[in-house]
Amino acid sequence: MRGVRKTFPGVVALDRVDLSVRQGDIHAVVGENGAGKSTLMKVLSGVYPHGSYSGDIVFDGAVRAFDDIADSEALGIVIIHQELALVPQMSIAENIFLGNEPARAGVIDRTALATRTRALLAQVGLDAAPDTLVGELGVGKQQLVEIAKALSKKVRLLILDEPTASLNDEDSDKLLTLLLRLRAQGVTAILITHKLNEITRVADAITTLRDGATVDWIDCRTEAISEERIIRSMVGRDLSDRYPPRTPRIGPTLFAVRGWCASHPNHPERDFIRDVDLEVKAGEIVGIAGLMGSGRTELAMSIFGRAWGVRVRGHAFLDGAAVDLSTIDQAVRQGIAYVTEDRKGAGLILHQDVRRNTTLANLAGVARAGVLDEPREQRIALDFRHRLNIRCAGVDQPVVHLSGGNQQKVVLAKWLFTQPRLLILDEPTRGIDVGAKYEIYSIIGQLAAEGRGILMISSDMPELIGMCDRICVMNEGRLIAEFNGAAATQEAIMRAIMQDGGH
Amino acid sequence: MDIAKQAPAHAATAAAERLELLRFLKHHLRDYGMLLSLAAIMLLFQGLTDGTLLQPLNITNLILQNSYIVVMALGMLLVIVAGHIDLSVGSVVGFVGALAAVLMVNHDVGPVPAALIGLAAGALIGAAQGYCVAYLHIPSFIVTLAGMLVFKGLALVLLEGQSVGPFPEAFQLLSIGFLPDPIRLPDLALGSLVLGCAAAAAMLALAVRARRSAAALALPSEPWPMFALRVSLSCAALVALSWLLALYKGLPNVLLLMGVLTLVYAFVAERTTLGRRVYAVGGNEKAARLSGIKTERVSFYAFVNMGVLSALAGLIFAARLNTATPKAGLGFELDVIAACFIGGASASGGVGKVTGAVIGAFVMGVMNNGMSIMGIGIDYQQIIKGLVLLAAVFVDVYHKAKR
Repeated sequence: MRGVRKTFPGVVALDRVDLSVRQGDIHAVVGENGAGKSTLMKVLSGVYPHGSYSGDIVFDGAVRAFDDIADSEALGIVIIHQELALVPQMSIAENIFLGNEPARAGVIDRTALATRTRALLAQVGLDAAPDTLVGELGVGKQQLVEIAKALSKKVRLLILDEPTASLNDEDSDKLLTLLLRLRAQGVTAILITHKLNEITRVADAITTLRDGATVDWIDCRTEAISEERIIRSMVGRDLSDRYPPRTPRIGPTLFAVRGWCASHPNHPERDFIRDVDLEVKAGEIVGIAGLMGSGRTELAMSIFGRAWGVRVRGHAFLDGAAVDLSTIDQAVRQGIAYVTEDRKGAGLILHQDVRRNTTLANLAGVARAGVLDEPREQRIALDFRHRLNIRCAGVDQPVVHLSGGNQQKVVLAKWLFTQPRLLILDEPTRGIDVGAKYEIYSIIGQLAAEGRGILMISSDMPELIGMCDRICVMNEGRLIAEFNGAAATQEAIMRAIMQDGGH
Repeated sequence: MDIAKQAPAHAATAAAERLELLRFLKHHLRDYGMLLSLAAIMLLFQGLTDGTLLQPLNITNLILQNSYIVVMALGMLLVIVAGHIDLSVGSVVGFVGALAAVLMVNHDVGPVPAALIGLAAGALIGAAQGYCVAYLHIPSFIVTLAGMLVFKGLALVLLEGQSVGPFPEAFQLLSIGFLPDPIRLPDLALGSLVLGCAAAAAMLALAVRARRSAAALALPSEPWPMFALRVSLSCAALVALSWLLALYKGLPNVLLLMGVLTLVYAFVAERTTLGRRVYAVGGNEKAARLSGIKTERVSFYAFVNMGVLSALAGLIFAARLNTATPKAGLGFELDVIAACFIGGASASGGVGKVTGAVIGAFVMGVMNNGMSIMGIGIDYQQIIKGLVLLAAVFVDVYHKAKR
């Protein structure tokens, strides 16, 4: 791929990306969240059609123009996405040949279906009957079904987007072994991953992306794989004055959890959040760094009235005294607020106006004996609009028409009206332009200065380093490291994550 | 010179005001559109039936015929706004009517205890269905479809396939009684007229007061001409209605019941935290839940409320026919649900007004009544009603897509 550039409205996702993969290699693509890895792979596989990007895709020595996935698959380029695209209610065989069924005049040839499925399953080393429902398989085995599906399409270039993110060690190991075996059979692979040990084990070459551009290329056959070099190239950008200055005034411990555990609703037998100890002092901004899927949001939501997870266990303390956070309502009453990462889906009622969204979490605060005091509600909405500088035509404007930054301010207003002592902010600046980000940072700093505790989850590491007094690093459901805000560097955080064995 | 300068400026403000008025109209087209369509449909049938529609006797009948639909539409609106649907209301009407009938006729239970038992049964039915929907997370469509079959069957069991009646006179008053009139003239129930005028005056006073306090707070309000037109027309309609009713037997009990219930539900929906929560749950269930609202409880009580109102409708309907029949309530759910959607409720939840549902119920009612007077067969009536429902929702969808 040469000089690929892809823009979305208002954002340049990829710019000057070069990626060259030799036949028969396993080529690792690394980069931070949002560096453009997934976008690049979508360009390569034809999800974004020819014409929606600039630059060239060269395959087998010829420039290719894919209009859709079918075009790239015809050449043997198959992508396996992070979120698996299998139909859980269908069998393994039906999934492998979905849209491509061996059939005569539209009637599916069941014998051929079963025989060919068995052969493919043997190839990927999955010991299961072809008529097993995919939904009954674990994630690791589903991953193998995806690969079998790719093989059924005569794959020549296999793209795997973080295939081991949701696998345990044993399944990851099996998958990597399979990749090596496929390489021996002549299949070329692009492996997107965050895990350094996987790269060391299987990669023949490494390309590093940062901010939508290629920044480094390593040939592992001629050079030793240098952790230092990969990490530095992944994160190495300057921190400029993007964060408002603040002088932290940190008080006594405000909130703490001890031995916090929670299980995934789909896998209640296994702890997803494991034995987390965490504390936030008054006036302190504590960051939680980690990769996607590391359990940051899940931890936050399980603390916030068990909004996520089953078998949530552990002790929570506010001002040193144990508190009951068993329901969301209870958590809100104790002064805990959770600003969701999914602003539109879970933060706002989009067709309702600014006023109604502002008071939603504290209706009792604008009512007497259950009857709304609308003049009072109006005054409060106007007040927040002024304080947070929410730009809207009026507080009777539906929030759906506001920009991302102003929507986020409405969500903040909603939670500030509950007068929280601890604010958990989940990706507070995701999808917000630079100017609005600065305003949000200022508000966060102001809230901390008022003596509230702030727990801030972010995938934007410079943001965490720029804002936080302390940064905890999370991986696979545990806190694995902690850095003082001043001492934290992106290199150190990435190293902590990549060296974590997951035990 | 000065005048020449001022004139264009004056014209400019006038133009701006007109523009503001137009913009407001565009945004609230739906609200006024509802009232206008009701008025248009009434005028249409008034013409088509050669004036029969608005005759005192017919107006009284129209109200009696639609009371149970209106009562159920109040509950259905909340269920739909909360993001659900209730298909069982027609069967609950039949079941509760049968229950009360069997109690009164076969077991000599008094009208009041029988009515109370009926209402309690409705609450229990609503609670059972609400529990399945809210806590067991079974889609409301399925739960209430099952309820529709179950309660239809139970009504048949209670009645043993026969009609049961007649009822004590006190029970019939629920539906066919009229308010006692202290100043009854030979041809005119003057008390009813006075009451109607008083209600209109109260409405006028309240509207003016609300507008004043809104203006003081810079709350958004409708432009003055629209306000004046809307309030004066509503007051005039109220006075005219009470005049027509006074020419016959006065105010029916059930009209008073309906009026009071409508006011209470409109108040609850628009002015209480409870109402706000229902709209929040239907608008975005996740956001409501993460804001500390007990979303399951809200859905549960929406169904309990629906059960009670269906039971009340069942009592009214039985009292009106003076007998409980196995066929009572058949197909009512369709009229009730149609009333809500014609009244502007959104099928995806979170949007809808109590007053809209009531107007929607009367649109259906006037069409039913008007077409019956004209002698249009039940076959064509169904077709026309179906098309009107489709058209009303189409206007909604089209309006939304354009914005």
